Amino acid sequence: MSVKNLKTFYKTRLQERVYAVDDVSIELHEGQIIGIAGESGCGKSTLALSLLGYYFPPLNYESGSIVIDGQEIISMSHEEKRKRILGEKIAYIPQAAMNALNPTLRIINFVHDIIKQHKPDMSNKDISDMAAQRFEQVNLPRRVLKAYPNELSGGMKQRTVIAISTILNPKILIADEPSSALDVTSQKVVIAMLRDMMDKGFIKGMYFITHELPLLRHISDDIVIMYAGELCEKGTVEQVIFDPRHPYSKALMGSIIVPEEGMKAHNLYAIPGAPPNLKSVPPGCRFADRCRFAEEKCVKNIDRVPMVILPEGREYRCRHSEAELNDMFSKDFAQF
Amino acid sequence: MFGSGRKAVKAVDDVDFAFHEGEIISIVGESGSGKTTIARMIMGLLPETIGEVYYKSQRRILKNHQQKREYWKDIQAIFQDPFSSFNQFFRVEKLLQDCLDLKGVSLTKTEAFQRKKAACEYVNLKYEELYNKYPFELSGGQMQRLMIARIFALHPRVLIADEPTSMIDACSRSTILDMLLNLHDTERMTIVFITHDLGLAYYVSDTIYIMEKGKFVEKGTADDVILNPQHKYTKQLLADVPKLHEEWNLDTTVLSLADD
Repeated sequence: MSVKNLKTFYKTRLQERVYAVDDVSIELHEGQIIGIAGESGCGKSTLALSLLGYYFPPLNYESGSIVIDGQEIISMSHEEKRKRILGEKIAYIPQAAMNALNPTLRIINFVHDIIKQHKPDMSNKDISDMAAQRFEQVNLPRRVLKAYPNELSGGMKQRTVIAISTILNPKILIADEPSSALDVTSQKVVIAMLRDMMDKGFIKGMYFITHELPLLRHISDDIVIMYAGELCEKGTVEQVIFDPRHPYSKALMGSIIVPEEGMKAHNLYAIPGAPPNLKSVPPGCRFADRCRFAEEKCVKNIDRVPMVILPEGREYRCRHSEAELNDMFSKDFAQF
Repeated sequence: MFGSGRKAVKAVDDVDFAFHEGEIISIVGESGSGKTTIARMIMGLLPETIGEVYYKSQRRILKNHQQKREYWKDIQAIFQDPFSSFNQFFRVEKLLQDCLDLKGVSLTKTEAFQRKKAACEYVNLKYEELYNKYPFELSGGQMQRLMIARIFALHPRVLIADEPTSMIDACSRSTILDMLLNLHDTERMTIVFITHDLGLAYYVSDTIYIMEKGKFVEKGTADDVILNPQHKYTKQLLADVPKLHEEWNLDTTVLSLADD
């Protein structure tokens, strides 16, 4: 799946345009998990929604392309997307999806709903068999199918939601904070399940959106960091977490807390201020007013900051050169 | 204990602990382990069934409103959800004024204004812009900070922080922790963190208590509990947290928890 220069906006009631995804390009290969991280309000969830290629108000499409398996999907009609893309090629699990299950229906009803949309000819019995088989494959007990949502625990509900939304073996899964509302133990089970589904080939690639960087360290292959609607850094897990280039990523890494030796001595870093309101993002470098390394060139230059592509394949969006950044980081940040 | 007879649920069972002025302790456990019940009992919001709470070497007695008021001058709490922590019908000005009133010192209007302003400044809020607003007009981050401004205005001796950072991202978490730890440093405020986040507990506290099903299963200094856990439950909790430098073993969980 390849996304190029995607730009989407929300239209407010006052007809203002809020660009929550601004010129984003990402490439997802088979077998790959890409983590998307950033603060609240940076456009992570909007990016997740935009990657679907299926837009409905207030979210609107402006420009860019999404190609899955060589097929451009944005130009398709809504009808066609619903039939052939959503659920089959690409599935989306919104944030807090588990709270959206209708409490008056049994789990099996949700499965029927989905399959009837895509395979209207399938008999009810076949659907039930198919669901039972899939639930078994992902280690969910069969009884869950007959249960009502309120009979399941949080972790169980989340796993059920994942199992249902991937029942048609979509190539790509977009998971928006699938484990954030859960306690650590259930979180681990959910993550283990997603991993297992990748291994078994039920899904071929995944976008994983979260603000928990230690989690991404273990689950994803690549990480993109988002700030104010733009990607500000792209690289492998090792590169972004342990050796970030962009000052924003660096600051994010400084705010990680884990129960590990050395943590107590580590100086926690808090980024001053809050991300800009996307209605009026600052021109030029969007992070400049919160960046401790901002210089005159960062503030004065009001053109969009270009992505710098480094030879090892990683990218970052900053006016400072790699050498300058290395120098600043070594002077100024307590290393962890 | 909740309920009675055979339906009784022991939410907190035979728990002993003590903390001292200026100490930071954490009570860590999963959802449903009884953490919040403890917090409420310390606050005096829930009566204890059996057992006693001592404060300043005296048995705590909260029989009437007067006694509670006195007690709450010293002991205050912040909760995880800033949206439900404020009376929606009061403006920011009134919310902060109530804190000053609780302290019971008589202030002139200018003094009160100064105090309220200082409290807002402490958490980087502009009092002039906010005083006339209702809580629902603030953003989540602003509300969170207003909660801390309230604590600043109250200057309690003991602060119970019940999951203060579980709903926010890592960055705002650092900001909030910074402010709380600052209060601890300058005012010698005692803080009790109630949390499920072992990393947070390790970072902030002197002493950690691990709670399982209403009982403390392990207690000790932060270093002892986190770096050298003894109890099975502590070990399991630690293993479930994704860390930066250690591997995270995903294989064992799927099988053992498949039938929860």
